[in-house]
Amino acid sequence: MGLFGRALLILGLVVCIYGIGASLYGVRRRRPEWVDSGRRAVYALAGLMVIAFVLLEVAFQRNDFSFNVVAQTSSTTIPTFYKLTAPWSSQQGSLLLWVLLSSLWSSLVLFLTRRRLREIAPYATAVLLGMAGFFDALAVFAANPFAQTSNPPSNGAGLDPLLQHPSMMFHPPMLYSGYTLMAIPFAFGIGALISGRLGSDWIRDTRRFALAAWLFLGVGIVLGARWSYTELGWGGYWGWDAVENAALMPWLCVTAFIHSIQIQEKRGMLRVWNVSLILLAGTLAIFGTFLVRSGVLDSIHAFGASTLGVPFVVLLGVMISSSIGLILLRRNSLRSEHRIDSLLSREAMFLFQNLVLVAMVFVIFWITMFPLISEAITGTKVSVGPPAFTPFVVPLALILVALAGIGPLISWRRATAANLRRNFTFPVAFAVVTLIAVLALTGAGSKPFAVAMFVLGAFVIASVLQELYRGTSARRAITKDAWPLAFVSLVRRNRRRYGGYTAHLGIAVLLIGVAGSSSFQHSRDVTLRPGQSARVDGYTFRYVKPTAVALPSKVEFGAVLAVYHGRTHVTTLRTSRALYPSTDASDGIIGRFFDNTNADSTVGLRAGLTKDIWTVVSPNLTPLGGLITQGNQYFQAALNSASAKLAKMTTAQQNAALAPFWQARDIAVAGIVRRYATHPFPVEFLLIVSPLVSWIWIGAIIVALGGLIALWPVPRLVRRRTPRLDRVTLAPEPRERELV
Amino acid sequence: MDPSRKRAIRLTVALSAALLLVTALIYVSFSAGRDELTASQLLAKARPGGQYILAGTVLDGSVHQQGTTLYFSVRDPKLKVAVPVRYTGIVPDPFAPGRAVLVNVTDQNGTFIGQQNSLTTKCPSKYQAASGSLNS
Repeated sequence: MGLFGRALLILGLVVCIYGIGASLYGVRRRRPEWVDSGRRAVYALAGLMVIAFVLLEVAFQRNDFSFNVVAQTSSTTIPTFYKLTAPWSSQQGSLLLWVLLSSLWSSLVLFLTRRRLREIAPYATAVLLGMAGFFDALAVFAANPFAQTSNPPSNGAGLDPLLQHPSMMFHPPMLYSGYTLMAIPFAFGIGALISGRLGSDWIRDTRRFALAAWLFLGVGIVLGARWSYTELGWGGYWGWDAVENAALMPWLCVTAFIHSIQIQEKRGMLRVWNVSLILLAGTLAIFGTFLVRSGVLDSIHAFGASTLGVPFVVLLGVMISSSIGLILLRRNSLRSEHRIDSLLSREAMFLFQNLVLVAMVFVIFWITMFPLISEAITGTKVSVGPPAFTPFVVPLALILVALAGIGPLISWRRATAANLRRNFTFPVAFAVVTLIAVLALTGAGSKPFAVAMFVLGAFVIASVLQELYRGTSARRAITKDAWPLAFVSLVRRNRRRYGGYTAHLGIAVLLIGVAGSSSFQHSRDVTLRPGQSARVDGYTFRYVKPTAVALPSKVEFGAVLAVYHGRTHVTTLRTSRALYPSTDASDGIIGRFFDNTNADSTVGLRAGLTKDIWTVVSPNLTPLGGLITQGNQYFQAALNSASAKLAKMTTAQQNAALAPFWQARDIAVAGIVRRYATHPFPVEFLLIVSPLVSWIWIGAIIVALGGLIALWPVPRLVRRRTPRLDRVTLAPEPRERELV
Repeated sequence: MDPSRKRAIRLTVALSAALLLVTALIYVSFSAGRDELTASQLLAKARPGGQYILAGTVLDGSVHQQGTTLYFSVRDPKLKVAVPVRYTGIVPDPFAPGRAVLVNVTDQNGTFIGQQNSLTTKCPSKYQAASGSLNS
């Protein structure tokens, strides 16, 4: 099976090379049959990768430890769900997933555009196959997911406990979908530049893929944040880590793109800007992958050095140089005849928003890469932690939120005083009332940036609600429908607009949650014995009792805490730290079960709409040290005394003879674990009270909903009925000479 | 106002804002940044009372816990040198021998004390290469 899987990868690589050649030959020689053949090569690649991925999944489900990746990341005790998702927890499997998703999305876009963009699509096909082929080549030559060993272990090493979390299992497919979808407008942008077909056609046909990239990548980023908050045991959801930033940068770029393309579609402006943005977004997607897989930066996420750094640098070099070269070559043709008429216009607001987003990307890129930059300049790596981001990101985020509210309200081309009065009165008034309420009713005045975010968030919420109300009212005036029906009908008829408004609403809610939780969080490190208490932000945490459980796959030491606000019992929190058996023989037969370095925390969390109460325990196992040492000595002596007899037995006989020995060991481990619960020792807790965290997740769900609404296809019947009143019809763009 | 003059003014304002941002970024980066030192660099540069960021890999066999204090050594990526660290605070779940770490330390007369809750660790590596042994 391993050979067959590798053969599929090699065949996939051959198909990529063929498809590139066929597409380029077909478009250059005007042979549509070759162009079609190149497109079918993409379909064939998708089919091959589906089979390859299924093979890998079967190997995991069957616990076939002859496959190295199965032995390294799975075991017989892993639940089925994690076996299904474990393939992409390894370098090799994740590369295969990348090629699979890339080929599937590429197949979809090429199928949908098979009768359109005839001069752009072949070049786009070549670019998409080139990128898929790159990752396929990595899988073939550097990280083979089907590599096998002739001496398979009886059981695998298992999936790292930290990764056994639902968020962490969906996080990679979401991120990879976002990255691979981003390649589509990138490829069509390159195709447009090469072919000289520089109108808006390619943007219209790939806009949904850019939006889908934005949606998937955004969901992937939020899943990572959720995992960090509920699993990693540090109490935060965003640490400005290198790989978090690597995913955020292309997301910010494509956010700018899905806004600014509206200007190109409506007014034919910003063509250089748009094509530059999407090429930048595609390049940043690959750059993010490079950061993760090369280990070039130290970060909590940047994995150890691998052999993939150099190929990625080469690919990035090709992408950057070709992008810049093509844009420079076509710069005259990309110039727009139209200009921004007024700074008080929707076009200008979109442009400001774009500039702010790009500035944010630059800031994040600079600070993330600064250790390398400083090392190149001074010879020493300089660490710049999360506090360096705050002075830049916070003001830029405030401007973005303000623009998210202004943009939908302001007119195209030039806003008049009447327009401003009519559209801004209610949202501004709502924001002012919010400001007064926040200052009067809360103690938030000491945090001006947080207050500013609350006020601007309220402004955005009010502006969106106003637009929804007006649109629904207008719809009701025509159709006489009830409010709910009119609202649904309104959204169905203009999904792009109202999906966008919904996403704006979600962003405002999300950033209100971020501002509240980051500005007003209270945390405390305490050491408590059972019965003792500690206070955090008006809440009393009382350590009730320790817990301890011995399971076949792990031992868990935890705590129960009762939380009070005044005399009122608010919640009971249960937190624990699971220790997984180590493979280090020097830990001893008993001691390997108490290795604190192969651990996974379960946080105690009580989430609420106003506050989250969060805790994690760091159990103190030192008092058990004497028992563990005694156990190690006793069992090792017993094993040594039986070694001579065991050496004369077959493997099956040894297993049968040792069965009682292992049972006795398990009983001993369980006894030591019980001692932890019955002789409680002081343990360390991290206690956190954090307001408004839940609104981050709620806001993210609203943003995703908005993205889905905008992405959903409009029914044909509605499309036929709806006159295109909001489009300025431009003369067709003159076709430029194709590049030789 | 002449449209081309308007454009020139807008471009000047935009470029000025960009220049301001870049200048502020460079200034903050160099002023707020602290050198990451490897084990060998730390041993060469450390002065009593000094605060440093130590970067390296956790040495195999060096980790043990006594009460709420964690003892471990951080090895140099290139040289066969390791620095012992005494640390209190929450230990990140990914912490383990062979994992790359960053920790803020204070030199207390030759003993390096880790600043509470300053320990960060690389994620459980899908792509991890060598272990943290001095012999590898």
